[in-house]
Amino acid sequence: MADELKKPGDLRIGVFVCECGLNIAGTIDCAAVSKYAETLDDVAAVVQNKYTCADPGQNEIKKAIKKYNLNRVVVASCTPKIHEPTFRECVADAGLNPYLFEMVNIREQCSWVHQNEKLLATEKAKDLVRSGVARARFLEPQTEAEVSVTKAALVIGGGVAGIQAALDLADGGHQVYLVEKEPTIGGIMAALDKTYPTMDCSI
Amino acid sequence: MMTYSEVEAVTGYVGNFNVTVRKKARYVDPNECTSCAECAEVCPVAVPDEYQQGFSSRKAIYLPFPQAVPSAYVLNMDDCLGNNPIACGKCADVCDKNCIDYDDQDKLVNIEVGVIITATGMDVYDPTEYDEYGYTRHENVITSMEFERLICAGGPTEGHFIRPSDRKTPQTIGFIQCVGSRSRDGRGNPYCSNICCMNTVKDTLLLCDHYPGIEAKVFYMDIRAFGKGFEDLYMRSKEEGVKYIRGIPGDVTEDPETRNLLLTVENTTTGKLENHELEVLVLAQGVIPRRDNDRIRKLLTLSTTSDGFIMESHPKLKPVDAPTKGIYIAGCAESPKDVKDSVTQASAAAARASILLNAGKTKIEAITSQIDADKCNFCGICAQVCPYNAIVSSDRKTKRLPVIIQAACAGCGACAAECPQDAITMRHFRDEQILAQIEAILAVEPHKHLLTFACNWCSYAGGDDAGTARLQYPTASRLIRTMCSGRVDQKFVLHAFKLGAPIVLVSGCHFSDCHYISAVHWTQKRMDKLWNKLDKLGVRPDRLRLEWISAADGQKFAKVMRELDDVIKNVTMDEIEYTMNVLAEEEAKAKEKKTKTRVEVQA
Repeated sequence: MADELKKPGDLRIGVFVCECGLNIAGTIDCAAVSKYAETLDDVAAVVQNKYTCADPGQNEIKKAIKKYNLNRVVVASCTPKIHEPTFRECVADAGLNPYLFEMVNIREQCSWVHQNEKLLATEKAKDLVRSGVARARFLEPQTEAEVSVTKAALVIGGGVAGIQAALDLADGGHQVYLVEKEPTIGGIMAALDKTYPTMDCSI
Repeated sequence: MMTYSEVEAVTGYVGNFNVTVRKKARYVDPNECTSCAECAEVCPVAVPDEYQQGFSSRKAIYLPFPQAVPSAYVLNMDDCLGNNPIACGKCADVCDKNCIDYDDQDKLVNIEVGVIITATGMDVYDPTEYDEYGYTRHENVITSMEFERLICAGGPTEGHFIRPSDRKTPQTIGFIQCVGSRSRDGRGNPYCSNICCMNTVKDTLLLCDHYPGIEAKVFYMDIRAFGKGFEDLYMRSKEEGVKYIRGIPGDVTEDPETRNLLLTVENTTTGKLENHELEVLVLAQGVIPRRDNDRIRKLLTLSTTSDGFIMESHPKLKPVDAPTKGIYIAGCAESPKDVKDSVTQASAAAARASILLNAGKTKIEAITSQIDADKCNFCGICAQVCPYNAIVSSDRKTKRLPVIIQAACAGCGACAAECPQDAITMRHFRDEQILAQIEAILAVEPHKHLLTFACNWCSYAGGDDAGTARLQYPTASRLIRTMCSGRVDQKFVLHAFKLGAPIVLVSGCHFSDCHYISAVHWTQKRMDKLWNKLDKLGVRPDRLRLEWISAADGQKFAKVMRELDDVIKNVTMDEIEYTMNVLAEEEAKAKEKKTKTRVEVQA
């Protein structure tokens, strides 16, 4: 499929530049980044959003996928550790394989760490978008394997936290193994006399 | 429930963990034991009772405390004289149920679970480091944990609070706060232990309740009464007459006659120096990560923050998830917290774990590796490299291809980077994708850029951490994220230099933090080879950098970026040009060799 898409005109990449309120736009000239993205090969649409992750932003992605017949989506916003799942779901809703989505981090690793270097930060954001688009050209649809979950839980530690977690899971009908190192459960709490703020016994 | 047991090994992945638990020899059958206590009565060995903080003794065979669960005795073999007619064996003689077995042995039990909750708890700070407080030198200086036992009705004094030196109930008592917490002098820990303020407030109220008229003084930096109902409790303590003195004493001495404690403190509210004489002094010892945290961290490939507590997936949005899917954290293992917060977090962890358990299935990210049958020459290196044993090795003789067990592959990419034939493709982290990023980054003014490969779990997250903390650093860095630094192929680095990169930085998890068990070892090996190669080619090896940066190391990330920015400026254009030329020549030579070999093979 990738080879087929290497034909000119087949790749249709949409780039979405997020302002994140002032988190990004306060440092980076998002309009300049968007304008730059338009000049990149295979980019079929560029949209600048106030908050790409919010519903209006996500709707714009979905709309653009349909309108411009996009087959790759690049979002330049925050760290993929927060919103990669959000955007994968969003593009999937619009009928695109979630692995045809690529995220470019221009917040945690750009606007937030170069607050006094506005011009250079904007240049860096452009480079990062260029890199994201370059990677997007080679993205391929993937299918995620589904694995079954063994219906049992292990709780390591029989102090107050472990006891509570084990009880909650067991009350929910799950099999629980509570493993405690000492000969008795209770942990440090069992060695306390009274506990605050209720001033009642610990055990 | 498995008490007196420890997790020994964990393998597998979300939904399918295989856990080996060592059930330590208890020497008493907990199902049969009725806690009649006859065994302990005849046991001739007396040792300090850990539960009572050593204020009283227990026997070698003992019940940890009356409410212990399971309610069964345990025999500590280190204390026991042994079942030898000359030595002892008395307990077994008196046990009607015959539930004492001296030949009991550790048992290994295998269990299969879908999710794991880590609630491994905390340890308390040892205040002997603060020598000026005289703990262990002055008998009447005690810790807050010792106070708990001395005031408890189930304690060694049945709740009659006495001081150790003369066993009299004191009329004056002091508390020193933040012992081992909020410290900036290299001793103890820099963080706030969260519970000690309110614990001391509680202690003073217990004293006022048991001994009306007792004079209690609390020496503090700040009283942090931030939780629901906490301020009320603090006010009640003040209304009961407890004196709160803002100032931490510098030195504690003992009056040799009265064994009272004399301390001098600068009251920072009044600015005056004060002298106090107290009959007992309680040190509000801080909370520290479990001393054996490293074991559990390695077993579950968790990370710790700089203070040593286990790190969550996200401090705000995923506070009970570990970065590894299917593993959750609760209680003091994550950070110091009180009972209510521990219970809250435990319920949260249980709820998060229930999502997976109820669903009964989950999806695994499509980032696993695949073999290209046309390129593989059956060398078997991939199977050796794989930290998960997820590759069934190839066979050169029978020309059997290696097989990748998709469910066991975690997607680190070490196999793809090590494969000499480029016959392994990482789904979603393919060579073409990464090379395209390198080319795009270095397409404009390459000599100004710091091309950085950052592993998803630690270094990239460390970069995010720097961002969240708004740590400022120069703009040269351009990151390429891979799942593991073990994915960084030699050719990526050489390609970057060929395109004019002044510096290439490869960064990954610390060896002990590697999220792919041992994949990071391959990073190190590969870097060693690359440094050698660069040196041979006449390229300064120190232009290739390797840094271990953890997810909580935002400070280090920013520091490395600042340092390397200076290094970049020292790389001359001539050097860069030379490197580009020499690597282009190398590539041309390699290509020629390949074509030659191919022609020979065809011939």
